[in-house]
Amino acid sequence: MDKKIRVLVAKPGLDGHDRGAKVVAAALRDAGMEVIYTGLHQSPEAIVEAAIQEDVDVIGLSILSGAHMTIFPKVLELLKKKRAQRIIVVGGGIIPADDMKKLEKKGVKKLFGPGTPTTEIIKWLKENVKTGKKRVKVQKKRRRK
Amino acid sequence: MKSLNKFLKDILKGSKPAIARAITIVENDSDYTLLKKLFRSSGKAYYVGITGPPGAGKSTLVNAIAKLLLKKKKRIGIIAVDPTSPFSGGALLGDRVRMTDLALNKNVFIRSMASRGSLGGLAQKTKDVALVLDAAGMDYILIETIGVGQVELDIAQVCDTTAVVGAVPGWSYPIIKTIATTGDGVDQVVVRIEEHRRYLTRSGKLESARKERLFSRINELIEERIRADLHKRLTTQPGLKKIIDDIYNRRRNPFDVAEKILRNSGFVF
Amino acid sequence: MSRENWEKKLKNCKERDFKFKTISGIPVKPLYTPDDCEFFDYERDLGYPGEFPFTRGVYTNMYRGRLWTMRQFSGFGTPKDTNRRYKYLLKHGQTGLSVAFDFPTLYGRDSDDPFSRGEVGKCGVAVDTLRDMEIIFDGIPLDRISTSMTINPPAAILLAMYIAVGEKQGVPAHILTGTIQNDMLKEYQAQKTWIYPPEPSMRIITDILEYCSENVPKWNTISISGYHIREAGSTALQELAFTLANGFTYVEYGIKRGLAVDKFAPRLSFFFNSHLDFFEEIAKYRAARRIWSRVMRDKYNAQNPRSFLMRFHTQTAGCTLTAQQPENNIIRTAFQALAAVLGGTQSLHTNSMDETYALPTEKAVKIALRTQQLIAYETGVASTIDPLGGSYYIESLTNELEKGAYEYFNKIEKLGGVLRAIEKGFFQREISRSAYEYQRSLEKKERFHVGINIFQEDKPADIEILKIPPEVERNQKKALKKVKQERNNRKVKESLRLLRKAARDGENLMPRILDCVRVYATIGEICNTMKEEFGEYHEPIIF
Repeated sequence: MDKKIRVLVAKPGLDGHDRGAKVVAAALRDAGMEVIYTGLHQSPEAIVEAAIQEDVDVIGLSILSGAHMTIFPKVLELLKKKRAQRIIVVGGGIIPADDMKKLEKKGVKKLFGPGTPTTEIIKWLKENVKTGKKRVKVQKKRRRK
Repeated sequence: MKSLNKFLKDILKGSKPAIARAITIVENDSDYTLLKKLFRSSGKAYYVGITGPPGAGKSTLVNAIAKLLLKKKKRIGIIAVDPTSPFSGGALLGDRVRMTDLALNKNVFIRSMASRGSLGGLAQKTKDVALVLDAAGMDYILIETIGVGQVELDIAQVCDTTAVVGAVPGWSYPIIKTIATTGDGVDQVVVRIEEHRRYLTRSGKLESARKERLFSRINELIEERIRADLHKRLTTQPGLKKIIDDIYNRRRNPFDVAEKILRNSGFVF
Repeated sequence: MSRENWEKKLKNCKERDFKFKTISGIPVKPLYTPDDCEFFDYERDLGYPGEFPFTRGVYTNMYRGRLWTMRQFSGFGTPKDTNRRYKYLLKHGQTGLSVAFDFPTLYGRDSDDPFSRGEVGKCGVAVDTLRDMEIIFDGIPLDRISTSMTINPPAAILLAMYIAVGEKQGVPAHILTGTIQNDMLKEYQAQKTWIYPPEPSMRIITDILEYCSENVPKWNTISISGYHIREAGSTALQELAFTLANGFTYVEYGIKRGLAVDKFAPRLSFFFNSHLDFFEEIAKYRAARRIWSRVMRDKYNAQNPRSFLMRFHTQTAGCTLTAQQPENNIIRTAFQALAAVLGGTQSLHTNSMDETYALPTEKAVKIALRTQQLIAYETGVASTIDPLGGSYYIESLTNELEKGAYEYFNKIEKLGGVLRAIEKGFFQREISRSAYEYQRSLEKKERFHVGINIFQEDKPADIEILKIPPEVERNQKKALKKVKQERNNRKVKESLRLLRKAARDGENLMPRILDCVRVYATIGEICNTMKEEFGEYHEPIIF
């Protein structure tokens, strides 16, 4: 069975605007991915813990509340602390362009602005999330030594 | 070899990243190396199935049961199975939303699983995933799956105790009224699960049921292997297209063809 | 020429490759004629403005007498920042205030709550205690200005604070005018700002209805909102149907409490979205007025004409704004604002062009306000009442939407009413599906959005953006600490104890909450006290 791309879609921050997160989650499912949706108001700690337990390839965060400069760095920091940096962090929402640049510099792999077609997100994920497949194979090889 | 040993040790120690990784391997590989190593350490957990129609409140009940078990200082593994979309092969797994209270507890491990290729609500691989959690030292494994009809039976074959959420007309099993959102009646569910466990243990039925399950497991593994092998043999059969054409035109018949392939396979003598 | 001949001719004309239907999926014909309004009776279905069934407007002379209230929703940073912005808006001709609170306030959390980390003052102004409200309204006379507050689970607390600010300014509660949103049903359905489960929420709302009808009689107690339902992805028809169904539910709860419908219904107001589909939006407002008045009169036996008339606020659709070519948003917003005016809105908020990036800058807000002023003073559309009334297309759409809404009412009733349907995830599912379908229709190019799937440009937008500095959170926390040190903590404790008792005993909560805010209890303290009694709501999973 082929390795499916597993994505954690989370909605941190206090706002309840989950339209985007849900539309993206449904689109990723329809593109053959396994999407774990964690719901509203998730703390960075809970998101990172869920990502580790679910062994996802990607965390996708949707933030429309303006707290992006707090939440993204916190998630990255926790992933590092838990040695799970292999999990890619991407995101979307209401994020001004210069904040996007700053966040991408800090280690957020990709930010999708408002109006991004879901097809573009899918394409990006399929091109950039090959690590999952490789990772599992490496593990297997090592075991056979 | 050293790295595999370290990996195994981490799993047995209950390291969450190691368990998570192991589950991914088990879910994606048809290779049983890891499970062979883990099997020896399994068999200690008690398996509880929670099934019922969509929207019946399964996740909420699992959440509430887990919270009560935590109070008894138990370690809990939760497997939440949701269907894979037959059109895209993808899945939307949302059961964690109901379990946010547990997400950060160090004695809980939650894993969402898509049913992938298997029919019905219960993933074929669920047993293997449960085995990983079992070996990792969980006291209870709660398996949540959408179930109506057939699937209820499926899950009952995997678990020691199965709770069906929702109205079940015609069943003679104990029915406990619960309001999982408020926690009312959940303690009763846990009491009944433990009663059932004691009964099974005392009467020797736990052992016999588990032995029967192990027998089925061997059977399944053999079937799975043979099925895969035969499928491969059939699809790679030289001149398959021609054979099908011949059968279609009634020059040959499917019965003889099947018999011939089976004979050549060495599985049938 | 006969109709048949014209239709024959039409058949030979080549049509653009486009699916002609409204956003709600109503097929749009090439031409509308009297045939499309066959069952239409002027007196019965339209009537005169200010007269039953109010299809053409709720007031006799509509904008000939007074223009709509231009009310820009705003608030950010500390109470001081917001006070400054309000004075700026009032100076430029805004005629009413509309307070945006930050997320911690919307959820009833204090600025120093760990939950509030990174959110203080970001999407609105932070309010922890009465002190903050005193600063926000400093120098703004509450007897001369009406204030709308977008607040839901803690609505009772903010209203109490507003009353208390009035007391300090010497303005008694019975002359205060304004609105609290206080519409929890649409929160469970769409906007998802909640604290307590639905039943206790309904009790608090009904307490407010009861309290205000006696003590704050000019206050709009619930702003029954379709806006957020639409922003979450619904169609115009769903917005119309769900909002009205919610409205009827509040009426039923009021009646169940033993309140006379004519006592509280006149203070219910509505809040709609104005989206892209110009004519469908106009028809939506007209249908809404007609349905509300008929049901209020015929089903709930209201006698007071003020109970039938649906007054509403409109906001242009935030979800239609694009980050790409943001200047286009000015134009988009102008069309949407025009639809609201042609639909007979009582007040209007126009979005600013930069809102897909951040809260609007002063310049962007001013352009948005000027857009309304242009419509009001330059275009002449406010010179006659319901100028599109009698348009075959508009009347046909109005009828179609009305029919569709009644079909939804029946469905909801079959599910056991609005609260049961929320539990079953009916609204949530309907809305997510429409949102996903809308997105797909954009990607399949069945529908267009300039800058998104047609006439795109690669050039990134060059636009000035409002930044909320991180000091805001620090300063707000400091201010809160100071209030907590200066207040009489014994009195706070006692007032919270009495609040808890009222919550338990079923006594009206408003007087107790008012006592709490007067002694500077924080929003968090008040909400937590009630949360301990009422429990907390958890999100159901619905796609």
